[in-house]
Amino acid sequence: MVLKEFIQMKRDRVTFGMMVGIPLMQLMMFGFAINSDPRHLPTAVLAADQGPFARTFIQALRTSDYFALVRETNSEAEAQRLLQVGDVQFVVNIPADFSRQLLRGERPSVLIEADATDPAATGPALAAVNALAGSIFNRDLPGPLARLHAKAGPVDFLIHAHYNPENITQYNVVPGLMGVVLTMTMVIITGLAITRERERGTMENLLATPVRPFEVMVGKILPYIAVGYIQVSLILLAAHFIFHVPMVGSLLLLYAMALLFIAANLAVGITFSTLAKNQLQAVQMAFFFFLPSILLSGFMFPFRGMPPWAQAIGSCLPNTHFLRIVRGILLKGNGLAEIAPEIWPLLLFLAVAMTIGVTRYRQTLD
Amino acid sequence: MSATDFAIDVTGITKRFGPKTVVNAIDLQVRRGEIYGFLGPNGSGKTTFIRMLCGLLTPDGGSGTCLGYDVRTQQAEIKCHVGYMTQKFSYYEDLSIRENLDFIARIYDVPDRAAAVERSLVRLGLQNRSAQLAGQLSGGWKQRLALAACLIHSPQLLLLDEPTAGVDPKARREFWDEIHQLAADGLTVLITTHYMDEAERCHRLAYLAYGNLLTRGTLTEVLQSVKLTTWTVTGPALRDLAAALRGRDGVEQVVAFGNTLHVSGRDPARLETAIAAVRTPNHEWTRIRSGLEDVFISLMDGAKDNFA
Repeated sequence: MVLKEFIQMKRDRVTFGMMVGIPLMQLMMFGFAINSDPRHLPTAVLAADQGPFARTFIQALRTSDYFALVRETNSEAEAQRLLQVGDVQFVVNIPADFSRQLLRGERPSVLIEADATDPAATGPALAAVNALAGSIFNRDLPGPLARLHAKAGPVDFLIHAHYNPENITQYNVVPGLMGVVLTMTMVIITGLAITRERERGTMENLLATPVRPFEVMVGKILPYIAVGYIQVSLILLAAHFIFHVPMVGSLLLLYAMALLFIAANLAVGITFSTLAKNQLQAVQMAFFFFLPSILLSGFMFPFRGMPPWAQAIGSCLPNTHFLRIVRGILLKGNGLAEIAPEIWPLLLFLAVAMTIGVTRYRQTLD
Repeated sequence: MSATDFAIDVTGITKRFGPKTVVNAIDLQVRRGEIYGFLGPNGSGKTTFIRMLCGLLTPDGGSGTCLGYDVRTQQAEIKCHVGYMTQKFSYYEDLSIRENLDFIARIYDVPDRAAAVERSLVRLGLQNRSAQLAGQLSGGWKQRLALAACLIHSPQLLLLDEPTAGVDPKARREFWDEIHQLAADGLTVLITTHYMDEAERCHRLAYLAYGNLLTRGTLTEVLQSVKLTTWTVTGPALRDLAAALRGRDGVEQVVAFGNTLHVSGRDPARLETAIAAVRTPNHEWTRIRSGLEDVFISLMDGAKDNFA
């Protein structure tokens, strides 16, 4: 019996590969990619004061490792847009009379605006800022100025957590769940769609009819788009009534984007379906796709905390972009213009998956 | 005879899977309205050949037409006019009989679909079971459903791949009556089978072994194509007799049929010499006409020799 199982295992190369591949993938992701203490978060500086103290302050932020100063801007409006689109995680506002107030011991206020949709991403950085405050100006404030090191620090940090001021994790997780649930169910359902026909022998019959590959694909996809929409609605209802997640943006836009995302996942499922020899393999492939979709998409762990290679993989996954869209629409009230950078990767992904699926689906048994 | 009188007209059809030639340069002409029997042992290439006719596989070599459409390039057209019944039941077990028929009718874009479905239910006597799930049907009923489904778009050619495997004799007879009725109405039928009695109900036969077409023609032509002589013997201790006969010069087949033995060979003189050697007064020997089965086994043995 044991021997027979091993022999069968050896014959089923894909299953065997998965058995080795999935642990390896998990090791890589959990071991290297995931980091719950994300650093180098993109930050914009809105500096109205260019004096030496302001420079020192910015330098200190940079050396703290938590902030990567990617942009300097002079306009408040642009800073807001950067935050909303998600180009930066923080905007640091240095007031015009920063240096003067500092020297007078007036404890100037530095406003740090954070995109707090994901509290896990902003938390450690904000904690680091407060720790920083006491020590920043040690060198710049020698001798008599040392008195400015008041107990509370020479600078007062005002932290403004946008989009999720109370740092409620659910606000981030529940909308994200939409992408995860859709990925899981949609890929598995259609992953089985063609392998099931093949296993039950109905494929041969279907191929003998004049039905075209594109018709088969569309026929297999359409019913599940309806299923996907039911899931989206259920999650939205739960998000609203149970978790009280704010819904700032347009639900219509969200539904439109969901269509794109559902279709992309269904196309992946169909593609798997044409690659897998049996239903078991199809499920394994779906799992193989699902794992990074959960771990590298920014659903469970902050996207920006991952090393570049993991971010690159994450950027290829539709879930990553859909998460940003959902969170953007629900929490930030983003419109079409703000989510546009996330739409084209979804479209591209859909086109590629669909093309592979249709090409792989052969009209003959050759 | 013009080309259009043939429903199937192919020459040199070849299919290779890797290094293995599964169908080797087969020529076949099937007239319209004819029932053509396709025989041969398992793995002889019958299914592969049929799949090439209905556009499921592309031939590696050879050319020809099926219903006037090129088998290599016009597979889409062929699919619209051919009814193909697969060896294994290939409809949806979790759909009802009516739903299955309706689905197939939709795929073929059958005009006046509801009426077509109803007609085929009535003709096959399935109308009072139409809500039953296909998966719950017995083998015989599944076969009837499959036949109904592949007739729903009124094809001109029916390709049946072992349609009666695992079906009881009464259902088989009814099935064949139906096939003859369809052929009388002008439908061409190509059917594969392992049953000799079914082979005898075909207008023409072809015998395939190891991808090669060994013989073809009407029943009489096929029987005459192999000059086989067969004797039957009855009497005591047939098993010992069979053992004594096997391996003797001139004896090609010794087959037990209940209480008789069939002994065949292609050379009548050598066969008689062999029989004379084991003849005893207790046994009664009679010379009979060779059956189709004897002929086919003889053909297959010959083919194996060529193949090895």
